[in-house]
Parts: sequence; structure tokens; C-alpha cells
Amino acid sequence: MKTISYIIQKEFRQIFRNKGMLPIIFVLPLLQLIILSNAATFDIENIKFSYVDHDRSSTSRALIENFEGSPYFDVLHSFPSHSLAYEAMEKGKTDVILEIPSNFHTRLIREQEAGVGVYINAIDGSKAGVESVYINKIISNFNRNISTTTAGFNQLQNKPLEVLNVPSFWYNNTLNYKIFMVPGILVLLVTMLTLFLSGMNIVREKEIGTLEQINVTPIKKYQFIIGKLFPFWALGLLIMTIGLLISRIIFAVPIVGSIPLIYLFTSVYLLVVLGMGLLISNYTDTQQQAMFIAWFFVVIFILMSGLFTPIESMPDWAQKITILNPIRYFVEIIRMVMLKGSGFKDILPQLSIISGYALVMNALAVWSYKKTN
Amino acid sequence: MKRFIGFVKKEFYHIFRDKRSMFILFGMPIAQILLFGFAITNEINNVEIGILDKSKDNETLKIINKINASQYFTIGNVVENENEIESVFRKGEVKAFLVFEKGFAENLHSLSIGKIQVITDATEPNTANTIVNYIQSIIGHYQQELNGTTGKGVQINIETRMFYNPELKSVFNFLPGVMTVILMLVSAMMTSISITREKELGTMEILLVSPLKPFQVVLGKVFPYIFLSIINALVILILGITVFGMPIEGSLVLLAFETVLFIITALSLGILISTIAETQQAAMMISLMGLMLPVILLSEFIFPISSMPEILQYISHIIPAKWFIIILKGIMLKGVGLMYLWKETLILIIMAVFLIGLSIKKYKIRLE
Repeated sequence: MKTISYIIQKEFRQIFRNKGMLPIIFVLPLLQLIILSNAATFDIENIKFSYVDHDRSSTSRALIENFEGSPYFDVLHSFPSHSLAYEAMEKGKTDVILEIPSNFHTRLIREQEAGVGVYINAIDGSKAGVESVYINKIISNFNRNISTTTAGFNQLQNKPLEVLNVPSFWYNNTLNYKIFMVPGILVLLVTMLTLFLSGMNIVREKEIGTLEQINVTPIKKYQFIIGKLFPFWALGLLIMTIGLLISRIIFAVPIVGSIPLIYLFTSVYLLVVLGMGLLISNYTDTQQQAMFIAWFFVVIFILMSGLFTPIESMPDWAQKITILNPIRYFVEIIRMVMLKGSGFKDILPQLSIISGYALVMNALAVWSYKKTN
Repeated sequence: MKRFIGFVKKEFYHIFRDKRSMFILFGMPIAQILLFGFAITNEINNVEIGILDKSKDNETLKIINKINASQYFTIGNVVENENEIESVFRKGEVKAFLVFEKGFAENLHSLSIGKIQVITDATEPNTANTIVNYIQSIIGHYQQELNGTTGKGVQINIETRMFYNPELKSVFNFLPGVMTVILMLVSAMMTSISITREKELGTMEILLVSPLKPFQVVLGKVFPYIFLSIINALVILILGITVFGMPIEGSLVLLAFETVLFIITALSLGILISTIAETQQAAMMISLMGLMLPVILLSEFIFPISSMPEILQYISHIIPAKWFIIILKGIMLKGVGLMYLWKETLILIIMAVFLIGLSIKKYKIRLE
């Protein structure tokens, strides 16, 4: 026990002596949490809207005014011709073009039916989908309004059946993105920090040659490993704590569930990450190699964690791969506990998976560590 | 010059001899592109919907069947009262509940109005919103069927055309993004690490007292990575075209030129990082920890920049990846040429020149 505490002291000293690394460890992740959480939003706003109005009637004007009144669209330009509007879209100056044909008003009066053209820049498919929904909503509202003013009484005699549906959004009724993203980004930052630091730490000693010196001392392997990993584990919990405070104070993210439960999960989770770091260290000879491997897994883990895109929309095989992704569980759990107030029983499946994961990872790490020496 | 070529050769040997790193360097982009091209999507598919049907009549059954038959939803939990909804949500099993009022069909036919409540787990706002939109459109269709074609009023028909990506494939949006992230991180990270490695191991001093000029040392170290990054870019492009059917509407020559320009910009960022960092660990933390999230989040890779707060929109201007993604999408999907992309190109050139200039200045200071 004494030996372990000496190694831990030594490691802590090494971390805090390195003045260059301290801001990187503490400031970089927290600064990113504060800044980048604001970037992660799928709200589609400020859509650059242009129109080509060949009709120039009171009706076409009224339709355009409906777009001007919408909070989603920035009405930018009126183009005299389709080709000029298209050119603006090519230059990226407009996202959506509404084209109203010259016989719009007269057809609407005579035939009760007229067409308009909507052209959308669809490079970002999901954004284009949302834009199309907004446009359809505005135009069908407009339809309903002119229907009631122009249509005769025959409409009102036969009241159509209506299925009314009332949406209600639970746990985040203002659909605030920050509440959703901040806990997830915090998880990412804690994971990256602890994985990179632990993964490079031991291989560094290998590369410089000090590991051999340690190996000839009477320190036992497990003491050495615990001594090495404990400081990073503590560091992870510390960053997690500061991050939780930031999300509570700056972003007003609610913490509905139990805080000890968050810490319980975090503690076990960090063991998984540290075990991975150790495993990477064991199978590499240089810090460069260790870093490439760590990077490879981190990018995959991040993009397949359900943080930015939902896991349900992935194909089956990809969903199965996410079973191996520790970040996935942490993102799931922190959102469940913080936002929904899920309790111990609710998170038990994930907690047991992550505990098993921690056992396997560390067993593998310790086993392979012995083998290489 | 001869000495310099010799040095570059040595660096090449150095990198290619390390089989494991080579495997990672080339295997990584392939694995990532394949994974992300197939897996990352914002589309909603097979979302599990819970049902609370207090009416259990013909009409509710029809609506439930319609929901179940759509590709977007499958019916998961069926509960008997409101209290159960919360506990199902807490376990995270379903994303939304459809609640039918008591006597739904009766109300619909006698009062002409039947009420359905859609309750969503909105911890994930985007999904919640999309689910509500889809359900509304399914119910809307059902309502039209109920009413038949009678009583049609004045109507404006919308003819929508989606430009550049008519099938709304999300892979066309993600692929340029993934390519940018890989090139950016690999280039910046590799250079910064390989230069700081010499510093940390003490071999940099030896290189600097050799007859090679400092800039030749740096250039010699960077050169193999330019080569590696170009091969990486090629692999990604070929995969994108053959596996995902990514179009390249514009000029290949321009695409090649812009890619090399971006690689040089990323490499110069790596050089600058190596002038700041003393150890490989510091270099890695700065280039990986410091660059990864900003590159992913502020480049329009996943989130639209136009929706971000104004300050962040300004910050995004200094992220080279943002400009490269605009260029890539322009050439690949829109098929536009330099006439439309000169501004973005110029910005990348200025960034590269600025970063290289700054690194040269830093190196001089260090040598004094």
C-alpha cells in the first residue's frame, strides 16, 4: 500500500510540475465545453430565402409576405429571372428559391388551383428536408386562409372530419439544444483527456527508456499500474466535477437525477477508458503509434456514440458495433440521469455492461503488460 | 540540394519501415469512411413508438397500423395508463408515445374531431421534432383519406426540386466532412508529433548543427507526410466514388489542386504546433484535443453554421476545415469552378502563408 501511494505521489508531482501541460489539461477541455456547446444545434434558422415573382399580383405579394413574417426565413433577394437566382444558389448566397409563375393569380381565381416552384439547395439532405417542411407549412397555412376568404358557403355545410394531434415535448419542452448537448460534450472531453494522457504515459517511459529502470525495482506490476492509473482517474473525476458545475451554472442544465449515481457510473467508466489506454500502451513502441491508435478509436467512438446523430437511424450492423462503444453508454446514461431522472434500476443494464467492460479491459491490459516484459 | 534529398529519403525510410504505423495510417481512413458512409445519418428509421390507446376502436387500430407500416416507426411498448409512460421513457426504450383519447372514433364521427396526443422524449430535440413531423404527416394523410376528395378549396400546389443532392443522401454531406477531418488531423498531428519527437529525444539539436538549414530540416520532415496525405485523399475519393456513388461534377484538376492546398495548410498548422510544444504529449494534446472538436463542430461537418450564435460564426472563419468543406461540396456536388470558389481558395492560401511565416519566425527565436 505504501509503495502504491509513493508512486501516486510521484505521478501527481510529475503532472503538476509540467507547467506547459497544466493549461492543456484543465483549460483546453473546459473552454471547449463552454464555447462548442453553443455550436451544436440542429435548429434550422436564418434560411437564406430568395424569390422570383413573375406574377407581381396582390396574391403573390401576400404569399411572399408570409415568408417574410416567418422567423425561419431571411428574405434576401428578389431575382428578375430563374437563371440569376440559380446562379446565386451556386455561389451559396441563397438556400431556397420560390418561383411564382406569371399566371399565378388568375389561375388561382379561375381554376381554384395554381402551382409554385420551390428550389432547395439539398447538399445537406436533412437541412433540406426541414426547409421543405417549413415551406409546406407556410404555403398550406396560406391555402387555408385564402380558402376561407374566397370560397363560398358550400364549404362550411359539410364540416370535414379532423384528427387533431397535440404534440407535447417531455424533459426538454423548449427543445433547447444546449441541455441535450452539454452533458454529451462533457463526456467526450473527459474521455479524450483521460484516454490520451494514460495511453501516452506508459509508452513514453518505454520510448525514453525509463520503464526498464522501473521494471528492475522491487515494485510489483499491479502496484505500478494502479500507481500509474490512479492520478488520471482522479483527474477525470475532477474535470467531470468542474464540467458539471459549468453545465449547471452557465448552461442551466437541470440535474433531475441523483448526483452520486452520475459519479458511480463515471468512476467505473473511467476504468474502461484507462484500461484501454494501458492496453494501447502495451501494444505500441512509440508515442506516435499510441496516438494514432487512440485517435482511430476515438473518432469512431465519438461519431458512433449517438451524440451527434441518433443510433436508431444507423443500420443494424452499425448499431451492433455501438455495443462495443463505451462512449455510447456514458452519453446515454448521463442524459438519462441528468435530464430524465432515471434511477439505479433504470441504468442497471448499462452499468453492468460497463462494469464487465472495465473488468475485461483491465484484465487484458494487465495480462498483456506482463507478457511484454 | 543533394544533402536535402538524402535527408528526405531517410525520413521516408523511417516512416515506411514502421509497418504498424503504415497500417494504421492507411487502414484508418478506409475503415472510417466505410463506417461513417454507411452508419452516420440524420435520417429517422425504425424508431420505436409506444401506444396508449384508451379507445381501442376501429379508427385507432387503423392509425396504429398505418404508423407501424411506415418505414420510420415500429410499435414498441403498449401501455395501459399514463403513469407507465414516464417509467418507459426513463429506461430509454421508446422515443415517443401516441395517446388516443377515450371514445376516439365516436368523437371523430359525432363531433368531427378526434384527439391524439403525441408525447415525445425531447431530451433529443432534433429527433423529437422529426418524429412529430412524420407522425403529423401520416395522420394528415389518414385524415385526407377519411374526408375523400370532397370539399376541395383553393389550392396552391408546390413543386419542390432539390438541387445538387436530389435524393437527400446524407452521405453526400458527410463524406466531404469526413475527408476533411481525416486530412486535417492526420496532417497536423503527424507533422507536429514527428518534429517534437526529435526535440524530445534530443536529436533535433544534432539535426540543427548539421549543414542542413533549419527550414530544410522542417521541410524534409514534412515532405513524406505531404505524400502520405495525398495518397490518403486519393483513397478516400476513390472509395467515395465507387462505394457511395459520390459525384464529382467539377474539375478533377481543381479538386487535386485544392486538396494539396488544404494539406499544406494543415501541415503548416502542425509545424506551428511543434514550435510551441516541447514534448510529443503536449503536441498531441494540442493537435488532437485542441483541434478535433472544433474541426468537427465548427466546419459545418455536422451542424449548420448559419444556426450558430454570431460569435461562433466568426470563430468558424478561422477554421481552415470550414473553407475546404465549402470547396469540396462546390466541386463535387455543385460542379462549380474557381470562378465561384476563388474567395475560399484565397483564404486557404493566406492561412498557409501566415502559418508558415509564423513558424519560421518562431524557429529563429528558438535558435538564438
